[in-house]
Amino acid sequence: MTEQIDKALAREYEAGFVSDVESETFLPGLDEDVIRRISGMKNEPEWMLEWRLSAFREWLEMEEPDWAHVDYPKIDFQSISYYSAPKSMKDKPKSLDEVDPELLRTYEKLGIPLIEQQMLAGIAVDAVFDSVSVVTTFRDKLEEAGVIFCPISEAIQKYPELVKKYLGSVVPKKDNYFAALNCAVFTDGSFVYIPKGTRCPMELSTYFRINEQNTGQFERTLIIADEGSHVSYLEGCTAPQRDENQLHAAVVELVALDDAEIKYSTVQNWYPGDEDGKGGIFNFVTKRGICHTNAKISWTQVETGSSVTWKYPSCILKGDNSVGEFYSVALTRGRQQADTGTKMIHLGKNTRSTIISKGISAGKSNNSYRGLVRMNPGAKGARNFTQCDSLLIGDQCGAHTFPYIESRNPSAIIEHEATTSKVSDEQMFLCRQRGLDPEKAVSMIVNGFCKEVFKELPMEFAVEAGKLLEISLEGSVG
Amino acid sequence: MSNTNSLLTIKDLYASVEDKQIIKGLNLDIKPGEVHAIMGPNGAGKSTLGYVLSGRDGYSVDGGSVALAGQDLLEMETEDRARAGLFLAFQYPVEIPGVSNLEFLKASVDAQREARGEEAITSAEFLKEAKIACKQVDLPVSFLKRGVNEGFSGGEKKRNELMQMLLLKPKLCILDETDSGLDIDALQVVAEGVNSQRSADRSFIVVTHYQRLLDYIKPDFVHVLSDGKIVKSGDASLAHELEAQGYAWLQKAPAEDELEG
Repeated sequence: MTEQIDKALAREYEAGFVSDVESETFLPGLDEDVIRRISGMKNEPEWMLEWRLSAFREWLEMEEPDWAHVDYPKIDFQSISYYSAPKSMKDKPKSLDEVDPELLRTYEKLGIPLIEQQMLAGIAVDAVFDSVSVVTTFRDKLEEAGVIFCPISEAIQKYPELVKKYLGSVVPKKDNYFAALNCAVFTDGSFVYIPKGTRCPMELSTYFRINEQNTGQFERTLIIADEGSHVSYLEGCTAPQRDENQLHAAVVELVALDDAEIKYSTVQNWYPGDEDGKGGIFNFVTKRGICHTNAKISWTQVETGSSVTWKYPSCILKGDNSVGEFYSVALTRGRQQADTGTKMIHLGKNTRSTIISKGISAGKSNNSYRGLVRMNPGAKGARNFTQCDSLLIGDQCGAHTFPYIESRNPSAIIEHEATTSKVSDEQMFLCRQRGLDPEKAVSMIVNGFCKEVFKELPMEFAVEAGKLLEISLEGSVG
Repeated sequence: MSNTNSLLTIKDLYASVEDKQIIKGLNLDIKPGEVHAIMGPNGAGKSTLGYVLSGRDGYSVDGGSVALAGQDLLEMETEDRARAGLFLAFQYPVEIPGVSNLEFLKASVDAQREARGEEAITSAEFLKEAKIACKQVDLPVSFLKRGVNEGFSGGEKKRNELMQMLLLKPKLCILDETDSGLDIDALQVVAEGVNSQRSADRSFIVVTHYQRLLDYIKPDFVHVLSDGKIVKSGDASLAHELEAQGYAWLQKAPAEDELEG
């Protein structure tokens, strides 16, 4: 059976094509001058440049972390290009008609048509290509509701007060090595502001695409949900199939003010490298949200790509009665390595958090859950429930769980459940005896295993995520 | 003995598990519509026969041939045997957490329809059929939404197997000790379900340790399997004989070519 599974897993990466777009790309290398040039390309105000430079100086003093259960060659930060943008974007197209058709085709091929009439109704998309945002759809409709959804480079120009107030407020500049690097060199990403008492009328989504060779993508996302507002946001990511590793070091900050709710979903399908572990994206991402009184942040992630993943979407439950949730499916195959999980920091009274993590390992991959639940002295009556389930496919992969639990308030209740299981021969036999082919059988068993997480995704994407798993698992059955 | 009218023809079958030969020269011929009971002591190879016929991994055929409706069964993949109409009701059905019964069954039915060149069944139509099947095996409709065998009692699992059989409409049903662990009421429900499915184009192999089930499902033939081969065949009365005398007297007897059907 293992042989069948391996065969099913050894499948082409569908998003692995390269778009033929003429780009303006910086020469590899990183120094203050490069940061000044990035800032210059974006026409940024002086305060933004200063912010970047101070982060860069912090970064130079920091060490690359090595505690994650992943193994990768040392990154040469001087061999990476820190800015690449399609030339056609230089004149800032005013409307979709002016956007390079090759760019539109790229997104269409990825199943993300940017022509509004063709899009899934009710979803606005910000498309980020290498270092720039190509287009943001449905902006007029969102503006009617007072919702701001634009590239962060534009927000820096148009809404400097909001950006100044919140940028770096959840993930400080020197939070960690990759976050500091992102602060110095981030190029684009999405900015969202939902006004008081507003329910965002559409799903918002950002689609990140790395195209150019030897470039890193350093995007920055900032979402602010003002008091009593509600927003659901989804990000997707892909990259061409290349033999070299590429670095993706993003920072996402969420601010949920009193009574606000943010639902943040990720379907990550970066190129995972080939069967021998050659190529693929290094995905070193810092995602964190802060919940004020009665607010709620829910992270849902489906991670199938990247050669190395290092990512812990977290919640700081600052306000009383605030709620944090983390639902994760991480699938690794081939030689992929994932070290992912969450941090739930309970500060306020009666704060609640739920963690459901489903790790699926196949091939020769390694899949680790790493999570921290901390109850601070003020977290009276706080509760956490954690469930970590691992599913093994074949006998050459690894699943690891590293839960950290710190309770400094005796009234806090923390529950942790963990299971490890295998796709069993009996299950495979039952499915095949009923007429299902082995690939369908594995994908059905795996989808069943992930059900609790998939039901948290927005409808359209739950179907997508199921299909993505099916594709990722194709060839994994033997 | 066998001819083109047979649904299943097993000739001189030898098979092993983990290098241990369990089936040792087994012959059996089943015509459409017939019900054959296979009885025998523990370790005779009764369950192994079901697994070998359905193509379970780890069970290797050392010799002989098996034809299902004229096709060489042993050359086919497990799923293709199912699509060709072979159904095995498991003695210990396994759980598939998170996959609803309905989803699992529809996928199975669709896979088999696709193999026959038919369109997938519509969800509404399938739900209707599934509800009827639930009723027939006395399972609440809510079981369709539950994970496959997840948290089911022993009896519920057996009835769930039967429900799958009703929906898949196989040509050959192998019931592997479906009566084990059932109380008398559950046994009757299962037997009624099987009896309702008896037809001129559906055959059954009923594997059982006890004669009790055969009071409810009347077999056309009864075979005694001992040490990997059929040592005696007869009609339904043989089951009563076995009940009275046990298997010991047969195990000593040489195999005879008394096969029928």
